[in-house]
Amino acid sequence: MQTVKMVVTGPFNSGKTEFIQSVSEINVVSTERKITSQAERVKDSTTVAMDFGRITVDQELVLYLFGTPGQKRFDFMWEILSEGMLGFIVMVDSTRPETFREARSILETFRAYAPTPYVVAANKQDLPDAWELEDIRLALRLSPDVKLLPCVATKKDPVKNVLLELLYSILAEMEAG
Amino acid sequence: MALKGNLRDFTITQLLNLINLARKTGTLIIEGPTETARVAFREGKLSYAQYGSEDTSLASILYRGRKISQGQYRILKERTSQMTDKELGLLLINAGYLTQEDILGSLQQYAIDVVRRLFTWVEGYFRFDGTDVFRQDGKIAVKVDLENLIIEGSRQLREWEQLQEEIPSLEMALKFTERPGTDLKKINLSIEEWRVVSYVNPKNTMSQIARTVKMNDLEIRRIVYSLLQAGLVEIVRPSGMPVAVPSKSFPTQNKEEQRSLVNRLIRRIRSI
Repeated sequence: MQTVKMVVTGPFNSGKTEFIQSVSEINVVSTERKITSQAERVKDSTTVAMDFGRITVDQELVLYLFGTPGQKRFDFMWEILSEGMLGFIVMVDSTRPETFREARSILETFRAYAPTPYVVAANKQDLPDAWELEDIRLALRLSPDVKLLPCVATKKDPVKNVLLELLYSILAEMEAG
Repeated sequence: MALKGNLRDFTITQLLNLINLARKTGTLIIEGPTETARVAFREGKLSYAQYGSEDTSLASILYRGRKISQGQYRILKERTSQMTDKELGLLLINAGYLTQEDILGSLQQYAIDVVRRLFTWVEGYFRFDGTDVFRQDGKIAVKVDLENLIIEGSRQLREWEQLQEEIPSLEMALKFTERPGTDLKKINLSIEEWRVVSYVNPKNTMSQIARTVKMNDLEIRRIVYSLLQAGLVEIVRPSGMPVAVPSKSFPTQNKEEQRSLVNRLIRRIRSI
């Protein structure tokens, strides 16, 4: 059985767990803990280890999706998780511009870790407070050649689209190489 | 208990705070990656400082502080090399060339500048010696309150953390953003910013640029951040590091099989 992996990263509460859950054939395995920090109380629990999802391609190939923990204090895991990945997805919460800076920092960190293709997913695009994609592009200082994709992590189709766009990028790099 | 450790674990600002609160007398010796600094304190106040092997003679400090000209500096170095700083200071005051305020002001400013430079050090072994190593050299001690320096240091530490978040890795390169109509010549940049701009090239990583223009991590990040904010440059992968999927990401080294694998992934995702 051959395995490949992709990493889903992004700031705290950007929708990484939901993203993986939308397409994973197994319930996302994650270690949940109750939030104790008042500052992080936008939800009741958070992933403290990592998310893990699986998509079986066929009898010989499996795709694993790894979600990184969102808080800065777990950034020591990012380099470990990024080893051997095909590519990565940076999730951004379109409704919380205060997280854009952190998203930018995570993106730059992962770009430095590995020279692999990546896409940025602007999540929660279904919410009224969501920023427009082009405004997010400017705020994240993404160059025009970086794919910035609309996403609603709780819905299968947008999540599929993000994964496909990353795979198209991977294929394009292989053709160019 | 000896006060010693590494700046990784205990910052300069924290050290100054401790020395200030405990009203310590002695010399803080810090061994950085390339230089050693010595900062003397008397009862919790900054009294003297030396950065690396910089000339800290009174004549040199006065010249640096533009209190004397280059010609005057040369004459003083030749004719008063046997004099201590105290003797030279008295000579200059009695001869009417400088006032006591001029001399003390220059010494204070130099000591403060040394401490400011230390704020950019994030790595280095430090120890506090209970003796004032400059006392016996005939150096003129000043008395600088540490509170303002501590506030400045804390501000710089916050800035450092923010800059590290904005620019986590200096192994990336820079390129000019494509903005039609932007004429770099019309933009007002400082000398340091121009020096960095002159090396902006996807072939040069930020760490290479920093080494070339002799800037430390904080200084280069500060300048790059201002250029990023102005939209003049963007961070890119170095041109020697093309975007590619590393071979070890695939279970096979065969290019055709890798391509086939990706196509299989695409078909599977589409079918979900």
